[in-house]
Amino acid sequence: MSAADVHTLTGAYAAHALDPAECAEFEHHLEHCPACAQEVAEFTATLARLGSASAVPVPAEFKQRVMSALDTVRQEAPRTAQLPAGTRRGRLRRTWPRFALAACLALAVGAGGLAVQQHREADRARARATAMQRQQDRIADLLTAPDARTTSGAVAGGTGVATVVWSPSEGVAGFLASGMPPLAPGTTYQLWFDDRGTMRPAGLMPTASGALLLSGPLDGASGVGVTVEPAGGSPHPTGAPVVLLSFA
Amino acid sequence: MSAVVHLSGPGRPGPDLKELLGRVALGDQNAFGKLYDAVAGPVLGLVRRVLRDPAQSEEVAQEVLLEVWRKAAHYRPERGEVMAWVLTIAHRRAVDRVRAAQAAADREQRIAAASHAPAYDEVAEQVEGRLEREQVRRCLTGLTEVQRESLTLAYFRGFTYPEVAQLLGIPLGTVKTRMRDGLIRLRDCLGVGV
Repeated sequence: MSAADVHTLTGAYAAHALDPAECAEFEHHLEHCPACAQEVAEFTATLARLGSASAVPVPAEFKQRVMSALDTVRQEAPRTAQLPAGTRRGRLRRTWPRFALAACLALAVGAGGLAVQQHREADRARARATAMQRQQDRIADLLTAPDARTTSGAVAGGTGVATVVWSPSEGVAGFLASGMPPLAPGTTYQLWFDDRGTMRPAGLMPTASGALLLSGPLDGASGVGVTVEPAGGSPHPTGAPVVLLSFA
Repeated sequence: MSAVVHLSGPGRPGPDLKELLGRVALGDQNAFGKLYDAVAGPVLGLVRRVLRDPAQSEEVAQEVLLEVWRKAAHYRPERGEVMAWVLTIAHRRAVDRVRAAQAAADREQRIAAASHAPAYDEVAEQVEGRLEREQVRRCLTGLTEVQRESLTLAYFRGFTYPEVAQLLGIPLGTVKTRMRDGLIRLRDCLGVGV
């Protein structure tokens, strides 16, 4: 996708109309595009006006229900320390993409699932991540790694998009996919690390869309492949990959 | 049922939501009650617009409001208004719910069903009365049909843009640019600045 193409995704992104994989790719772009971040902020405000205009009367007992639940919900600490006012613009540019990245994953991982820690300080990220379940914990670590990188590709046989996120320093990779071809009963998508031509099993994804932390270390793998395998997976790929992504 | 609708439109005096949210971040439940009064109607309305099902909508709206309580300290004023922040959370959760609830097969049916019921007609019908609603309606009317359909199918129905392309029978790239063009026109018509 060219830079101009990516830029036009601001509208679909603000309307939460991107698939997780494309969302991740767009946010990678956002990091280097302050103009896009500004446009996204304006579109978000614009769509909020549509939302406001949809207001409906709220039953009084609903408020009581919400208010009485407050005591059961622990409030989170501020994400960043207050900086001097003069640094605001820079902070917006720095923190926006990480903040936004959580939005891509909310869909992939499921409602109420992943509270991705956006803070850049690894200590805080880890402290808060300990409260998460293990898989989510590790994906969050991966996403907040300073050297996290992504690459995306189209999936054969459909309109799906797959994205791999990896961190050389953490030595792990995560896989996000959406809209891969529907699986036949009794089959699953299986992920593989490409060890220079030898495929090493990296986990199963039994759905056409979703997110998965790959099992096993990167260990010098040159990329990630996905094949369709019998449910339960195979020791070696039995068919051609539907997508191959290179850690380039 | 006693009920109140609050709309925050331009020029409408109301509580300072930023100040309220600042107090909410410190655990002030009284402040949260006031913030609730300002945002609950829009939150429930938006969630219901996307989800349709009243019971599920209340459940999701409650999750949204509790997320506002939980994450109040994460709000950054320089990124935008409180209402936009809250409604972004609401929209995200509503869309997540509608997509999670749809197996691939259901989704095809949903697309088929939606193609017989343009989202905009319903919007035009419901968005009536108040000044704010009138303005939003007028600005929506100012969009081209494809811009309007693309935006309302995505925002009010929770369709991804490839699904919107399928629904409207137009290329993916066209949907992307129409959504953006439509938002630019809406933004300017509504006088939105950040």
